Amino acid sequence: MRPGMQIVVNGATREVAEGLSIASLLEELQVEPKHVAVEVNLELVPRGRHSAHTLSPGDRLEVVTLVGGG
Amino acid sequence: MSTEVIKMPTADSLRLGTHTLASRLIVGTGKYANYAQMAESLEASGTDCITVAVRRERLIDSQGRNLLDFIDTNRYLLLPNTAGCFSAEDAVRVARLGREILLGLENAGADWVKLEVLGDKKTLLPDPVATLEATRQLVAEGFQVLCYTTDDPITARRLKEAGATSVMPAGSPIGSGQGILNPNNIRICLEYLKEDDTDYPVIVDAGVGTASDVTMAMELGVDGVLLNTGIAHARDPLGMARAMKAAIEAGRLAYLSGRIPKRLYATASSPEEGTISSLKPR
Repeated sequence: MRPGMQIVVNGATREVAEGLSIASLLEELQVEPKHVAVEVNLELVPRGRHSAHTLSPGDRLEVVTLVGGG
Repeated sequence: MSTEVIKMPTADSLRLGTHTLASRLIVGTGKYANYAQMAESLEASGTDCITVAVRRERLIDSQGRNLLDFIDTNRYLLLPNTAGCFSAEDAVRVARLGREILLGLENAGADWVKLEVLGDKKTLLPDPVATLEATRQLVAEGFQVLCYTTDDPITARRLKEAGATSVMPAGSPIGSGQGILNPNNIRICLEYLKEDDTDYPVIVDAGVGTASDVTMAMELGVDGVLLNTGIAHARDPLGMARAMKAAIEAGRLAYLSGRIPKRLYATASSPEEGTISSLKPR
């Protein structure tokens, strides 16, 4: 197994594989990629770049979806 | 015998920037007892545009159910909001995230946002300075911005000048059900926002408690009403959704038809001529 690194996803620290892409993380989290948007360190990363964008230790991610609201 | 063809009135649709809505009622998707009740109520309200919020994905959800499993995104135009933001920066981030999700869903609502930048949690009243700042930024980024604001006409004018697609004054605080507290301010907002541009859309957003509040707002001449709690927390949300549909139509028709002026004294509806001999002098 590859050495791990720590990132923060939606406020919680997670141990993931070094060099993990956003696309692989979403797969690991078992979320429907079409239903979410991802921000890394306050910057939106568009869907088209999820496979190419590799995460770095200490990255802070927001993974958001739509919920009921007024 | 000739057959009379009854002509239907031309569709009285609501134009909001590049979008055209068949219904003048925009309905929120929050606070229903369950998703099935939400879906039924949206249907009964006759709306074709619904608001949604952007929140962290709950990464551990045994049910795994998502709002998107319960709404037909081909049928409804989605209007993502920035609810829960207390700074211009956060509202801009949330607007971008919402747009990204809607782009993935291929929903036409990807190009607009209901901007809400709040001042504090107790009143949920908008922060006018931060709202103006966020409007400028989002307009620069190509968003069509629908601005939730107070009923202050000066703020309303500033938001329009900043490029807002629509200004949406609150009738009263969000979820309060107090109705239209200051109809005079709404009238002034309408006068200012429409003075050089009669088609500029003004929507009452928030505070509506029951059907008569919707009718009253529409009779003032606003172009539409956005509401959520009034339906979602009614004892019977489905019944209230039907009432709101009727109310928006009644108010719009009354506005277009022109109400009679209010007078201090009575004017008889029956002829004053030809009454029988009277025992009491008039």
